[in-house]
Formats: sequence, structure tokens, C-alpha cells
Amino acid sequence: MVALSRKGTQNGLPYQRINQMALLQIAEPGLSAAPHQHRLAVGIDLGTTNSLVATVRNGVSTVLNDAHGRALLPSVVRYAEEGSVQVGEDAQALQSQDPHNTIVSVKRFMGRGLKDVGDVSNLPYRFVDAPGMLQLRTAVGVKSPVEVSAEILKVLRERAELSLGGELVGAVITVPAYFDDAQRQATKDAAKLAGINVLRLLNEPTAAAIAYGLDNAAEGVYAVYDLGGGTFDVSILRLSKGVFEVLATNGDSALGGDDFDHRVYCWLLEKNELSALSAQDIRTLLTHARAGKELLSEHSETKITAVLSGGELIDNTLTRDEFHVMSQNLVQRTVQALRRALRDAKLTAQEVKGVVMVGGATRMPHIQQAVGDFFGQNPLNNLDPDKVVALGAAIQANVLAGNRSSDDWLLLDVIPLSLGIETMGGLVEKIIPRNSTIPSARAQEFTTYKDGQTAMSIHVVQGERELVSDCRSLAKFELRGIPAMVAGSAHIRVTFQVDADGLLSVSAREAVSGTEANIVVKPSYGLSDEEITRMLQESTQHARDDMLARALREQQTEAGQLLEAVENALQQDGDALLDAATQVRIRSSMDALRAVLTGSEHQAIKRAVEALNLATTDFAQRRMDKSVKHALAGHKLSELEG
Amino acid sequence: MQPISFDLQQDFFSLFSLPHRFQFDITLLEQNYRSLQAQVHPDKFVHLSEAERRLSMQWATHVNEGYQTLRNPLNRARYLLTLQGVDTQENSNTAMPVEFLMQQMEWREALEEARQAKDSAVLDELEQRVQHEMRALQHDLARDLDEMHDYAAASGIVRKLKFLEKIAEEIGSAFDELDT
Repeated sequence: MVALSRKGTQNGLPYQRINQMALLQIAEPGLSAAPHQHRLAVGIDLGTTNSLVATVRNGVSTVLNDAHGRALLPSVVRYAEEGSVQVGEDAQALQSQDPHNTIVSVKRFMGRGLKDVGDVSNLPYRFVDAPGMLQLRTAVGVKSPVEVSAEILKVLRERAELSLGGELVGAVITVPAYFDDAQRQATKDAAKLAGINVLRLLNEPTAAAIAYGLDNAAEGVYAVYDLGGGTFDVSILRLSKGVFEVLATNGDSALGGDDFDHRVYCWLLEKNELSALSAQDIRTLLTHARAGKELLSEHSETKITAVLSGGELIDNTLTRDEFHVMSQNLVQRTVQALRRALRDAKLTAQEVKGVVMVGGATRMPHIQQAVGDFFGQNPLNNLDPDKVVALGAAIQANVLAGNRSSDDWLLLDVIPLSLGIETMGGLVEKIIPRNSTIPSARAQEFTTYKDGQTAMSIHVVQGERELVSDCRSLAKFELRGIPAMVAGSAHIRVTFQVDADGLLSVSAREAVSGTEANIVVKPSYGLSDEEITRMLQESTQHARDDMLARALREQQTEAGQLLEAVENALQQDGDALLDAATQVRIRSSMDALRAVLTGSEHQAIKRAVEALNLATTDFAQRRMDKSVKHALAGHKLSELEG
Repeated sequence: MQPISFDLQQDFFSLFSLPHRFQFDITLLEQNYRSLQAQVHPDKFVHLSEAERRLSMQWATHVNEGYQTLRNPLNRARYLLTLQGVDTQENSNTAMPVEFLMQQMEWREALEEARQAKDSAVLDELEQRVQHEMRALQHDLARDLDEMHDYAAASGIVRKLKFLEKIAEEIGSAFDELDT
């Protein structure tokens, strides 16, 4: 409906007119770049129930175990009174004993306010309502879900660095596809706090599809059904010659295995006429409810036995049929999301070639049954549903860290939720619809509502509903200096740009005066930079010196990579595309960078990098123009029109 | 604020090595889309210079935009007309044949009733009818654009298709409501 404006400049660079069919070819397939050091990168599945870390070693994606040989790290964090922090099994063991200070399923609180979480009376925490994101009161003070998640990520980072014997270049962290921007930003903030450079946030079902697809050389349309501990996603992908194209995604970021536990928990309360339980008893019953649910995947009935803090004995038998009846509407909600995803992909269930099951909760027989019935085929369970996401993330991390892999593949992902702006009457005008492939840019023209209006407020929102009040607010900014005109005569072009990382930038420009305003959207639900900085400073592991040293090393690494890239480009195309003088100029910029590279002058390296980037801008354009003919060789226009 | 217009400029047919026609082999578009993205996508450029990464982002965005434009029949027809310098007058020309408007009203009423009654069978049937009508209009577009070169007639069909696409979208939202 609307198209990106090609006027003016983008990112300070005049946009190239694309009518000469110029195409960019960076390296011929199979012609690898100069050999370089293998960069340590990992994929992290930061799950509601368990978290994992994986890496690609010798071309194979592998989950990294802890010192005891355990792959799964329970996503449980305990803040002990004396100030120590326990993560994983140790914390899990104490969850019933110390429920206020032992945070379980923290992922459900990421980027969420108290009102988003719903029924908090049956959760054993002391919640603190805070603008944007709730917080939790513990023995050592109030903690943000971001800080709690960072503790889990730190353990995984340390595990990886110990196991791989070096510092990580970065990590791909997976998030539910249906996470909104606030939840994604919170995840990024947690990584930052844990000292992890985020290469990309990757959607969980997409990660699973990569692992499954590359492993099985799959071709055709596949669905990924991902029911985790706290979130549900479905993605429909087309796999074709190494290209993973996400066609549609849907889900519910507040539906998961925990909700099934909760049904059993409520059943126990009812059976035993319990009310107003203590935090310990809530945690005890939830834990037993979960264990009972898991047993019902293997057995047709199970006994649930527990002793409450007052000495009261709970002893009930739950049959699989009863459990299925009480949780059937949860299963139904996932089936509805399947329908929505297929409709968006403009496909029928019969056109789906295979259904990949991901997440521990898909072990439940009535889930398998419902999915099988819906698609008319048995779901694929040949990959470990707990590990497949981390394995896929590791494969993507390996690529994004710049390690060339033998598999030549590409991922084309989408944004899960529509992005738009507020218009008159509190209505949403969608600018980029959900399931648009990223990177994506769209522009739309708006006009003034009142005579003589000289400013316009741009309110960026995310969601599918028509009313602004039903969507999530992402950012607000103002375009000022609009010349006074009659209502409806100003032409204000609002452009949305989502990059390959899913990061949104919005700009607004008035045509007559050329007045412009723009913003890189950082959702108001995340923590502010100041808060993150404060948390970093509070964390003893990241003293200031340490931070500076790390920043310098990152700068050096980046500069080294740039030198390598330019060197390769010169070798491939230098003589063909550049005159001698220009080559000399680029070479001298490279020498200047090399001269400062090993020093400790952070700013000097940064300046030299900028200078080299500037010196090679024109070269990059030429390389793009030059390699035109390659991509579509064989599909010539004349043949088609002939 | 109120939306007032859109803007399309680049020649996407050349980009995807396709003839400047309404009808072409859609699998060729899909194939060429994937080959182009395999060349220009930012994930292939992570360790190249800043200039190359920026160009890659712009190219990948452009290729995505072109793909969306050519894949959707309404967008494609509108785009072809724009390349011919024809204004489809979607915002200015509201004159529509009476029987077309009558049918629109009838469908809208049916949609509203089905929505209220949460009747998916009625929605299904309505969707079928709208899809059928859309296919018929696309057939007419192919004739007017590729054979007759009757751009005034094609613009009229574009305006009709826009109505139908809107109602199809609303049927989709009604299904979404049923499913939540």
C-alpha cells in the first residue's frame, strides 16, 4: 500500500537509485575469505523453565554442559539473605523453603507490568509495581526481572567461556517470536548486564527450524509448534535451497506449561478446600502439581502427595482424562493461534509438509493429539524439544560472529506484531503490518488536523487492535516547525524502518519546510540507560576498569575485522574498480588504523575506523554495481519477454 | 492526523528480471527473490565495512519492498499503472457502479451479522465469495493491462479491488476475533 520514500538521504548517505540492476556480491560461494581465527560465539536459549547454551564446534552445533555434565540450567535464581546469589539446581532445591527470594519463571515478568501478569495472588512473590516493568522484593532488596535474568545469563556465559577457553565475541539469545518490543528490550538489557554482546535476538521457533532444517535437509513448508514453560509460538516457514523464509508467526506470550501446572494447582485447592495459602505452601503445591502433570505424560493416572506447612496432608489421585479436560481450553488456545498463523501465511493445514514440536510442554499427549488432528499428520519429535532452540541459535551465532560455515543458508524473518502510529480519535494507523519480512521500511503521508497547526505528535505503537489504548506504546516524539497552513494541506511523511535485528527507527518530515524529526525506538517498558548503568556499577563483577578493558578489546576486534574485510575486498576488486591513487589512499587509511590498533587509545582507534570507513564508501558502491549480473544469471529479461 | 497518499517509484520488474506485465510466473518471482536476498541480506555482511553493511540493509529492504509489491495483485496492478504514469485516483474518484456498491453493502451487513453471531460458517462462505470476486477482477486486470492496454479501465478495477481487499482484511480480523 505504501512505499519507502527514496527522497533525501538515509543514514547520511545519498540513497542510490536502483535502476541499473546493480547487485552486491561479496564473496563467491565456496571462495572463503582469508583464514581467520575462529570467533567464540554461542547461542543461548533463555527459557522460562530451563536455560541452555550451545556453540558450533568443528562444524557441529553442540550444547555445552556444566561441570556436572548437566545441559539444562533451571531458570531459577535465589537471593540469599547473606547476599549470595544461587542459580539453577541449587536455587531450585530451596524454592519451597524460601519462596519469596527464589524467583522461578522470571521470563514471564520480562517487560511486563503488574497488570499484565494477571492473577498474582497465587504467585509466592512480593511484587513491587513500577512504571513499565514490575519488580520483586527480595532479602537483598528490590530486583528487576532484568537483573534476575542477568544472573542466569552470567552463569551461562561463564560456563561457555570456561568450556571454550576464551572470551565470547557475542551470543545469539532466543526469545519467543511473539515477544513484543518491551520484552525484547528487557532481554537485551539483561544480556548487557551479564556482560554479553548480543549478536541478535532470534525467534525461538525460527531457531528450532534452522536446527531441524539444516539437520534434515528439509524442503517445503513447515510449521514449528513451540510450547515452552511460559510462552507459546507458532511459526510457518518455507524452506527452499537453504533459505529459511518465515511466512507467518503467531502465539501468546503468556501461555505455557506453567498454565497447565496452574490448572492442576487450582484443582488441588478445590479438592482440598484450601484458601489463603502461605507463600511456602503455594510453591509446594505448584511444584507437586508440575511433577504430577509430567507423570501424566507417561501414565494414565498419578498420585499427588504433599505435606503443607501446617502439617496438613494432601493426597489426591489425578487421572490423565481429568487433566486433559481441565486443560483442554489451553490446548484450544494454541490451536486458534495455529489457525491465525496459517491464515496470515495464506496456506491450509494440508499444505504443511511437517510439524516440528519444540518445548518440554509438547510432551503432553493431548497436545500431540490436537496438533496431529489439526494438521492431519503425526508431529515430528525426532529432535530433543528441550535443546533444539539452543542448537539453532548457536548456528546463527556462528554466522553472525563471522565464522564461515560450510552450509550456505539464509534466514528471512518477520516482525510478529504490527507497528503503527496514533491518529485522530485514538485510532491506530498501521504502517508496517505484522509478518512483514525484515529489514523493512514503509512510509505514509499524514496531514494536519487544525488550521495553523505547527507541531505534530508522533506516537509509535505496537499491536493488532484498532484502539491505541489496546496496543503497546513504544515511543513518542514531536515534529515541530511545520509552517502554519490550512488544515489538511501539510504533507508529513512518516517513515518506519525496521532493521535485520528488528530495531525500529521512525522519522517524520514535512515537505514544504523540510523540517524533520526522528527517533530510534527504545520501548518505554525497558529500563533506561541510566538504570542499566547503575545496575552495572552495582555489580561487583563489572568494575569500571574491567568495563573499559572490555570495550577496548571489542573496539580492537571490530577494527581487526574491518581491516580484514577491506583487505579481501581490495584483493578481489581493487585493481578492477579503483585507480591507483584511490588504492593508495585506502591503503594509507589501513596503515593508519594498524598503527593505533594495538595501543590502548580507545578514541584513536575509533577515529581511524571512521576514517577507513569513509575512505571505502565509494568502493563499496562500486563493488555493488559491479557484481550486478551474478544473482539472476540464467533468468534474463530478454528471454522472458521474448 | 489523517493518511492521504502513498508513493511508489522504483522499477521492481527489472529488479526481479520479470517482464513488465501483470501476469507472470509467480514461482520465478519467488526464486529470484530468494536469490537476491541471498546476495544482499545484512546477515551476509556482518563483518564487512560499515558502508557495505549499510548498503546491504538498504538493498535488502528494497528487495523486500519489491517482493511485496509484485506478489500482491492489487499492489502489482497499481504499480504497473504508476509506471505508465497513470493515476489510479483511489482517493479522488469515488464513483462506483451502483450494483457494485449494493453488493459491498450486502457483504458488509453479512460480515457484521456473522461477527455478532460468531458464525464461522457464514464467514467462510463470505470469504469464498469475496475471493471469487477478487479472482474475477484479477482476470479482468490481466486482460486490460497486458492485452488491451486500457489503463482507465484497469484503474477502475484497481479501485474495486481495493474495496474487496479491505473487506477481505476485515473478514480476517473477524476470524481472528473468533480465535481469541
